[in-house]
Amino acid sequence: MRKLLFESVFRQPLTELAPSAVDAAVAELVAAVGQTARRRLGRSLSIREVDAGSCNGCELEIHALNNAYYDVERFGLRFVASPRHADVLMVTGPVTKNMREALERTYHATPNPKWVVAVGDCARDGGCFAGSYAVVGGVSEVVPVDLHIPGCPPTPTAMLQGLLALLERADADTGAS
Amino acid sequence: MPSLIDLTLEGRKVGQHGPWPRVVVDASVWTFAANELAHGRWSLLGLWGEPATVHMAIMDGQTAGIAVISLDCPNRRFPSVGRHHPPARRLERTIHDLFGLSAEDSPDVRPWLDHNRWGVRFPLGERIDALPKAAPYHFLAAEGDGLHQIPVGPVHAGIIEPGHFRFTASGETVVRLEQRLGYVHKGIDGLMTGASLERGVRLAGRTSGDSTVAYAYAFSRAAEAALDLVVPERAVFLRALLAELERLANHLGDIGAICNDASFALMHAHCGLLRESVLRAAGAAFGHRLMRDVIVAGGVARDVGNDGVEAIQAALDNIRLRFPALVELYDNTASLQDRTVDTGTLKASLASQYAAGGYVGRASGRSFDTRRALAYPPYDRLRFDVPVLNEGDVNARVWIRVREVEQSLALIDQILSQLPNGPIRKEVPLGGEVREGMAIVEGFRGDVLVWLRLRNGLIERCHMRDPSWFQWPLLEAVIENNIVADFPLCNKSFNCSYSGHDL
Repeated sequence: MRKLLFESVFRQPLTELAPSAVDAAVAELVAAVGQTARRRLGRSLSIREVDAGSCNGCELEIHALNNAYYDVERFGLRFVASPRHADVLMVTGPVTKNMREALERTYHATPNPKWVVAVGDCARDGGCFAGSYAVVGGVSEVVPVDLHIPGCPPTPTAMLQGLLALLERADADTGAS
Repeated sequence: MPSLIDLTLEGRKVGQHGPWPRVVVDASVWTFAANELAHGRWSLLGLWGEPATVHMAIMDGQTAGIAVISLDCPNRRFPSVGRHHPPARRLERTIHDLFGLSAEDSPDVRPWLDHNRWGVRFPLGERIDALPKAAPYHFLAAEGDGLHQIPVGPVHAGIIEPGHFRFTASGETVVRLEQRLGYVHKGIDGLMTGASLERGVRLAGRTSGDSTVAYAYAFSRAAEAALDLVVPERAVFLRALLAELERLANHLGDIGAICNDASFALMHAHCGLLRESVLRAAGAAFGHRLMRDVIVAGGVARDVGNDGVEAIQAALDNIRLRFPALVELYDNTASLQDRTVDTGTLKASLASQYAAGGYVGRASGRSFDTRRALAYPPYDRLRFDVPVLNEGDVNARVWIRVREVEQSLALIDQILSQLPNGPIRKEVPLGGEVREGMAIVEGFRGDVLVWLRLRNGLIERCHMRDPSWFQWPLLEAVIENNIVADFPLCNKSFNCSYSGHDL
């Protein structure tokens, strides 16, 4: 182990530059992030991830956000264990009827101000599962959505762009740099 | 001892079912098969329904002979297999939830996937209105002085899929764990009905995100078996390349994640990098990091170019360079071994009874791998070992993954060196009136089974069975007498699919 740790002193960091937030995701950003956000959040966001029925593909790529290449924590983005600690809910999947109540309760357990980011094509409108007897549909059918990040699943870069847009918008609204 | 062939002679053979036979039997033969399963002479591969029929796929472990037997149930009842053979119980509860067919004398008639929230009962059978109010779900009892319950989920603390675990503990020691699943039930079997093969393979590829290749692979092979379609050689090799890349990425992720659950984050960090290198290579080679929608009926939708091959080779070189040091680190860290050795031990008898696939079975002495046992192409022409261990603990399940990473690296080398030129996709004929096919493919987690019936080229019924069906109940068994804090380790070492199971 010492060798591995020692090596890391000399190896260049693997972490890559932040992607620029110019994608379609930005255009979608709902004007929900206001003054309160900047005051309450500082420059960081705590994120609670909720799988409301996904195939787990989006979760795999959300996990990748935490690896050394993307290293989301450098932006102040942190995944937390409880909705009570969260500013943002990242919700994936076509919301299944069996998960609807759990999603609602998670949303209500999250303190204000809060934002909901719907991740993936299914989270928009149910994707290829729309119309099933077991599926409600997109996340916005159950809780209000502030930002949608498309993709099946979206790449970690696309998710990072979306989340950074959320933060930048919070900064812009308060005139902070 | 009767062979499967004797059994299939007892029934009325169904035409156009490939590659294994399907026969319609009567209730006595059905019950006879259930008894043979109970005595361990055959393994249960799957049990699924239709509005007025039940089907059971069985395998003779000695000969790898496979057959499907079907029983018509005009009275909406069928003799319970689960009464004799516990692995069938959750499958029977599902058949009841979806089709309204009851397993007679079943010891467990509680609903499974149906939480009474669909607004309808028996959605794939003769639909009736949902109950006005959901009946409370009765967990199995565990009684004694000082026992307490710990309910967990469906929303978990980590970034994982939803499901409910009900622990009963005596102090720190778990005396009973009961799972309740079905939260991510999307009704995929129902969506398949009437779908085209193109839509079908998209749905199959979204059944379990980490096994998107395995599902598309199994679905396509089942459709091709039904249509007697032989896919081009290049596609045969590309499919195996995709499957091995998927296995590699998942195993690397799992090895790190198991260590992370023992708070050994260094392994997690390094394994995460190796996993990322595989995903990036896959993205460069096939245009999608998880390789979704690449395998289709008739072949593959995207070819790999020289750049792609180079990207894959670079990723393999990186893994060969870095992985051995990580394996050594795992093996030489006593504090980590203290958590994984002798934790969550799965007995060989249980692994065999449940026909547990993948690393779960192979870490408990069950030497079964469909790539070897069924030797579907191109694996019939590739050299590889099927690693088997007997300890059955978390440590053994880590080591099986380590060995399989090495095997996959060697397999990818062989595939790339033998990759033939030529077309990658064949036109899929509409087919005759009714055709049925089945396929079993080795996903990273174990054997994925797909059975389907096509009518005039459209899917009339498709059933997909995830290996997790036979692994989830074993997780309940292995956690007994372990401490609550070791549950994440046991759970991650199984890494069962929720979405693939709930479908």
